[in-house]
Formats: sequence, C-alpha cells, structure tokens
Amino acid sequence: MALSAPHHTAADTDELILAGRTLHSRLLLGTGGFPSLELMAAAIAVSGSELVTVALRRIDPAARGSLLDVLAEAGVQLLPNTAGCHTARDAVLTAKLAREAFATDWIKLEVIGDEDTLLPDAPELLRAAEELVADGFVVLPYTTDDPVLARRLQDVGCAAVMPLGAPIGSGMGIRNPYNLALLRDAVDVPVVLDAGIGTASDAALAMELGCDAVMAASAIARAEDPVRMARAMRAAVEAGRLARTAGRIPRRLYATASTLEEGRAEFFG
Amino acid sequence: MIVLNGQRSELRAGETVAAALACLQLTPDARGVAVAVDGEVVPRSTWETFALGEGARVEVLTAMQGG
Repeated sequence: MALSAPHHTAADTDELILAGRTLHSRLLLGTGGFPSLELMAAAIAVSGSELVTVALRRIDPAARGSLLDVLAEAGVQLLPNTAGCHTARDAVLTAKLAREAFATDWIKLEVIGDEDTLLPDAPELLRAAEELVADGFVVLPYTTDDPVLARRLQDVGCAAVMPLGAPIGSGMGIRNPYNLALLRDAVDVPVVLDAGIGTASDAALAMELGCDAVMAASAIARAEDPVRMARAMRAAVEAGRLARTAGRIPRRLYATASTLEEGRAEFFG
Repeated sequence: MIVLNGQRSELRAGETVAAALACLQLTPDARGVAVAVDGEVVPRSTWETFALGEGARVEVLTAMQGG
C-alpha cells in the first residue's frame, strides 16, 4: 500500500501574503511591555515572527534607545502603530511621521474611542483609513469584531483587518467567536486577530475560527516567562492553522461510534 | 518662544529644525526620528533650512516599545 508522505501537509508551506509581502510566520508581535530589550529580542527570535509593532513617542535624550538596533538585528519588518491617537487627524499625522522615521508605508492604525476599554472609534477609524489609503499607506486597522465595519474597512482599501477578541491587554481571549467567524466570512482581506489574547489556547482558537494570523503583545511581553510564552504562542498559531486547514469534524449532540458495529461478537444467545 | 516636545525651549524664532534637534543632542543624520512642526510633518530633507516661527510647537519623535 502506498503511503502519502505525512510531513508534506499543505500547512507546511502555508505562507501568508500580506499586502504583497510573503510571511512565513502567522504570528505578529508587539514590542510593548517587555521587562528588557534582551527578553524582547529572545522572545522575537523564539516566536519566529517577521513583523513587529513599534510606537512613536517623544524622544528622550537621556535614554538613547537601541530598540531600532535590536529590531534590525532580529531581521524583522517594523510595523509602526498609531497607539494613543483618539482622532483621525492625530492618527493620520502619526502615520506620516512613522513613514518619515522608519521609511515604511505600513501602518497599524489605531484610533481609540474610550480611555477605559481602549475600544476603537469606528467613524474616526474609517475616516483615517480612507485618508491613509489615498496617501499610499498599507493600512492595517485595529477594529472591533463587527463584520460590517470590517467590510467597510476593506472597501476603503485596507490591506487587512485586525479585529479584537477582547480589550487590549485584558487577556480575556475571544469573547465572541461567532462574530469573529462572521467577520472572517465578510471580508476577503487577511484577518489578523489583534487584542485580547491571554494564553496559547486563545491564539489557537483564533486560527481555528479562520483568522489568517494572530498578533500577541501583552500576552507574551507580560507573561512571567515571555520567551517560554513566545514558544507557546508560536506552537498554538501553528496548531490552530493546521486544525483549520485540516477541517474539523462537525459538532454533534450524540455519540458517533468510532469503532465499526460490523463483526461485533455476540457472546450470549 | 518655541515649544519643543511640550517644554519651553531656548530656541528663538528663525532658528531651524536642525537647531531644535541639536537641543536634544541629535544630528540631522539621526536614524528613526521624525519631526512635526505645528501639526505638519517636516521632511528630513528640509531640517537644516526649515525656520521655526514664533510660538511654534515642535515634536521630535522616535521608536518606542509599544503595540
């Protein structure tokens, strides 16, 4: 009997094409919250991530940061964000400054509408996305898990959508998997689960629900052992993606015997 | 008076963005830095010629861990 080679599953060469760029890792990393640059570098290396976020803040002449050096050494692509922006105007200006500072037109667009939940401000987000796309940016918007808003973001030309599973840094996982599944079906652009991941099973679930990638920040950076958690997230994203592409069995209320009934012995009369 | 990263500075109207950078111990070849004056991006190519107006608000930004 001919056996198919078990090591050559589709997912082994399952690259993600994001705005024309081929990514071999479906895990994106945030750089915020690591206790040290050394731990950040080690976590990035272990995670296999090729795309990591950075923020733009006032320069501190006292603390000559080597963040960019560390990231260059890691060989990753920078994904600047507009963290902390509350209006489209602020976010657009921040994106333009990021393009100037880092020579990339990729931007993770965040426009925050509420201080306590850090939830996106939908109208401002859409306005900023439209303006930045028109200006030639590759826009990756942090959005709610609303399928309609995701489609609107796709329609204005966003290269992907980055829905939340739960509020940023909450570690609450994916609170509404049904919405995420609807969102997945609503758009053709890549879906990158952005916020809410707390542990590996959350990342696996995101991938099983059809997300193309997962972004982890606090979940790794603020774990007791960030490097170990980076390994866990990498494995979880790979497992979730494999499971998604393998095609899971349907859920049933009653049992379905896994052993054939046929040929069963009848011992007594 | 020129406001540099939210602080009153010693800079005077007519001085350039490059002079503002020097206040932060930065040279015009500084990597990973961007400048906005009064809410507009000032491209690196004009840092040495762009003159600051009275009351200008200068923001000098760089990469920080985040996201």
